[in-house]
Amino acid sequence: MQTLIGKKTGMTRVYDDDGVQVAVTVVQVGPCTVVQRKTAATDGYEAVQLGFEEQKESRVTKPQQGHFKKAGAKPQKVVREVRLEADEEAAPGDVLTAKIFEGVQYVDVLGHTKGRGFQGVIRKFKMRGGRASHGGAWTRRAGSTGSIDSANIIKNKTMPGQMGSVDITTQNLRVVKVLADENALLLEGAVAGPAGGIVLVRKAIKKA
Amino acid sequence: MKTALLEKVEQSQLKETAPEFDVGDSVRVHVKIKEGEKERVQVYAGTVIARDGGGANETFTVRRISYGEGVERVFPVHSPYVVKVDVDRRGKTRRAKLYYLRTRTSKQSRLKERV
Repeated sequence: MQTLIGKKTGMTRVYDDDGVQVAVTVVQVGPCTVVQRKTAATDGYEAVQLGFEEQKESRVTKPQQGHFKKAGAKPQKVVREVRLEADEEAAPGDVLTAKIFEGVQYVDVLGHTKGRGFQGVIRKFKMRGGRASHGGAWTRRAGSTGSIDSANIIKNKTMPGQMGSVDITTQNLRVVKVLADENALLLEGAVAGPAGGIVLVRKAIKKA
Repeated sequence: MKTALLEKVEQSQLKETAPEFDVGDSVRVHVKIKEGEKERVQVYAGTVIARDGGGANETFTVRRISYGEGVERVFPVHSPYVVKVDVDRRGKTRRAKLYYLRTRTSKQSRLKERV
C-alpha cells in the first residue's frame, strides 16, 4: 500500500539538475497511524483505516477514544480508509511516513477543490454570452438549451450553478523530490484545494 | 502565509549570495546559454526596471534598446542560469517599477546617478 493522508502546504518553484525551473506543490504526507485493519473475514473487504495528525483527547468523542485506544494510537484529527490487497500487511498502531514514496515516480492526489459559489455559464463553462452592442439583449446568458422538437433538456446540459467544492483526483503528478526528514513531497504542478487542505496521496494507478 | 516547511523548501533553492542590485541600476547580466552540448556565458546589459516576487520566486526585469527596438527580459534572481550580475551604474529612482521608461526615448529615459 502506497497511500498516505497529507496536507497541501503551498506552491513554489525549484530548480532541477539542469537548472530548469519546475513549479511544485509542497505536500506534507504523514506520518499516518494505522487505526484499524479491516479484513475480508470480519468486514467483508480488505482495508486499513489511516489517521493523520494528533488530536487532543478531549476533542474526540468517547466512542472514538475507545476506537483509537484499541489500536494503541493517539486520537487523530483526520481518519480515512484505504483499500488493500489481501496479502498486504498492516497492523494497528503502525506508523507510515513519507519514506514509502521513495522511488515512486508518479502519484495521484485526491483533493477537494475551493468552492466558487453559484456561478454563471461564462465563468463556469467558458461560454461566450451574447454581444454587447447592436441591441444585444442576452449578455452573459447561455442561449439555447436544446431543440424545439424535444420536450426534454439533454442530461448534463451545462447551466449556471454551484462551482467548485467537489472532490477531484489529479492523476500522474511527477514526484520531483521526497523529503523523508520533513515527511514531505514536492509534486510537479497543482493540487486541488487551499493551502492547508487535506489530500490523499497514492502511487499513480495508471502510470509507473 | 508561508509555513515553516514551505520556507525550508524555498531556502534550499536560494543562492548563497544573491546578486545585489536595485531598480534603476544599469547592469550586465551574465546568462548561461546551452547550445547543444556546449555551454557558454552571454552578457545582457540594460536597466533594471522592476523586481517582482520574493524568496525562490523573485525575478527582475532588464530593459535595453537593441538595434533601435526596446527589449525586456525577465530573469529569476536565483536561477543557476544567471551566473553573475554586475552593476555598472546606480540609478536614482523615486518608484519601485520603472514602467514609464517604456514610453520614453533616448534622452528622456536617462536616470540620474545615485551617489
